[in-house]
Amino acid sequence: MASVHAPQVEPQAPALSTGSATTPARRRRNVVPYVLLLPGMLWLVVFFVVPMITLASQSLQEGSVDQGYVFTGNVGVYGEALSQYWEQLVRSIGYAASATVLALLFGYPLAYFIAQKAGRWKNILLVLVIAPFFTSFLIRTLARQTILSDGGWVATAAKTTHVTDLLQLLRLTENDRLMASKFAVICGLTYNFLPFMILPLYASLERLDGRLVEAAGDLYASPREAFRHVTWPLSLPGVVAGTLLTFIPAAGDFINSKLLGNTNTVMIGQVIDAQFLRVLNYPLAAALSFVLLVLIVTLVAVYVRRAGTEELV
Amino acid sequence: MAGHESGDLRLAGISKQFEAFTAVHPLDLTVPAGSFFALLGPSGCGKTTTLRMVAGLEEPTGGRILIGDKDITDTRAYQRNVNTVFQSYALFPHMSVVDNVSFGLKRRGDKNADRKAKEALELVQLGEVARKRPSQLSGGMQQRVALARAIVNRPDVLLLDEPLGALDLKLRRQMQIELKRIQSEVGLTFIHVTHDQEEAMTMADTIAVMNSGRVEQLGDPATLYEHPRSTFVANFLGQSNLLRATVDRGEGNGVVEVTSHGHRLEVRRDHVPAGVRDIWLGVRPEKLRLGDSGGPNRLSGQVTDVSFTGVATQYLVRMPWGRELVVVQQNDGSGRARAGETVTISWAAEHGFALDASQDADAGAQLEDDHG
Repeated sequence: MASVHAPQVEPQAPALSTGSATTPARRRRNVVPYVLLLPGMLWLVVFFVVPMITLASQSLQEGSVDQGYVFTGNVGVYGEALSQYWEQLVRSIGYAASATVLALLFGYPLAYFIAQKAGRWKNILLVLVIAPFFTSFLIRTLARQTILSDGGWVATAAKTTHVTDLLQLLRLTENDRLMASKFAVICGLTYNFLPFMILPLYASLERLDGRLVEAAGDLYASPREAFRHVTWPLSLPGVVAGTLLTFIPAAGDFINSKLLGNTNTVMIGQVIDAQFLRVLNYPLAAALSFVLLVLIVTLVAVYVRRAGTEELV
Repeated sequence: MAGHESGDLRLAGISKQFEAFTAVHPLDLTVPAGSFFALLGPSGCGKTTTLRMVAGLEEPTGGRILIGDKDITDTRAYQRNVNTVFQSYALFPHMSVVDNVSFGLKRRGDKNADRKAKEALELVQLGEVARKRPSQLSGGMQQRVALARAIVNRPDVLLLDEPLGALDLKLRRQMQIELKRIQSEVGLTFIHVTHDQEEAMTMADTIAVMNSGRVEQLGDPATLYEHPRSTFVANFLGQSNLLRATVDRGEGNGVVEVTSHGHRLEVRRDHVPAGVRDIWLGVRPEKLRLGDSGGPNRLSGQVTDVSFTGVATQYLVRMPWGRELVVVQQNDGSGRARAGETVTISWAAEHGFALDASQDADAGAQLEDDHG
């Protein structure tokens, strides 16, 4: 402090020289944040903004791979995309929402336990939560295939306990197999994105002041009411972050439905994958990508608004 | 609300054990309904543990807790008609001030919760901030919200856990008066836990001085101050000059003659515990007079330090045997002594008190200095 003020206090120092001494310093300070932003901005421009523009223009092209694609401004492709694949779009949103709700149901108690009760086991448990990341997404999903496969102990146990009958009744499976079903796809999505749910939940529950829960109990709130009125609202930022981190990638996922599903469980990511890489209908694939993007952004915007995140800070 | 029969709070042999550590030894205590009761002691003396057991936040190892005829020992915190003002306030950050205050009423399904909450906020003079969030208020205001949130429920017993600890000195004095006013206005039983002896004496009708998990002495502030029964109480509540003395004989006009460092001194008989020969003779600093007042109790020594505080002057006077006595003299216009001067100190026989000499003369003395 003292060294900064010293030149200004000095009686001999003329006002002009003081001014010229501080201005460059101030200018430099103003520039620094932008300089620091530059690499990130550049990255976003090259790998996000430019591809988005390319994708948008590609969706409005016509032609074929052999003859090349020409920009014609054909907006009709969007209508085509929606009318042909609305079912897969709706299904993707439905599966992603189911997986998000399941991940929340499984993740919340776990995150609560790790944050509030685990004591010295906290770090070990957190490592276990992220341990699946040590293997690739694909391998994990393939492992899932093996676990749920016919004749495996999970499938056998499900059959002997008549869980398969229940799943069939709920129309989550189509026969007494677990694999190649809606059930397997949603299971896979839930499992793969669970850590993205648990970590933000953990972060907000870890900050929860136990004395507030104690105070709620002191003010006649039963443990259940204390959870509803204190713990849950205070953990909402984590719930919002966790559900977004689960829902958004799950809605666009194509590996789970491809490896664990059947022809009736095709998700939109799978369609886009096929259109881009096998059918080579680039405009349709690009249009579907955009539809999915707009759909997700709209749903997220409505959700965030409903959750009232501005009040959560 | 006057018809709401609450009854006295009774702790019957209540105790708390944390593994090898005994936080509270079996304790018997009765707090009359409607009184302002203070649990006073240094940190770690078991006062907060006692409070938390009454609130239901800590389970006692032994003993019973009763309010009136109702045994509440085995009930959970939310089932007890007891509310706490926490040291950290523990206000709900996601709720407005008025929602914080009406929280308890709403849990009990009170239909007039909002109206009562607003009235409670008026009582603590915060009616105009009802819609704000706790984080937008100053520490003193948050403290009053915490108080309103507790008293609005009209609990049988209101527990205050060092509620003024986080406030600065001036605000603390102000809130002490405020708390006392509110208590007499609403007529609830207040149990106030504090380590600040001045705070306890200012506000409480009855004080229990706690030390190492036990109640050392229980009584009204004046009795505790004038007639401490242990060196801990004598030192923890205010300051005391303690002189080592032996009882000579019990004759004379209701007084006992004692000898201290070769001086013959007198104490009132009823200020001396029965059957004790070796004693600490205690006198409060403001009871000592500089100069000879003609009484039987006289000592002389050299002034080593003089500090003028405005209303009074505090002297340190070194006795020939080395111990320094503290003398506080009111600024009543009488002459002042200077450092280095040899002075006579005197006091009346009824101003002394005797304590069993087997106790540590410094018990409770340094402890108070640890806190501000």
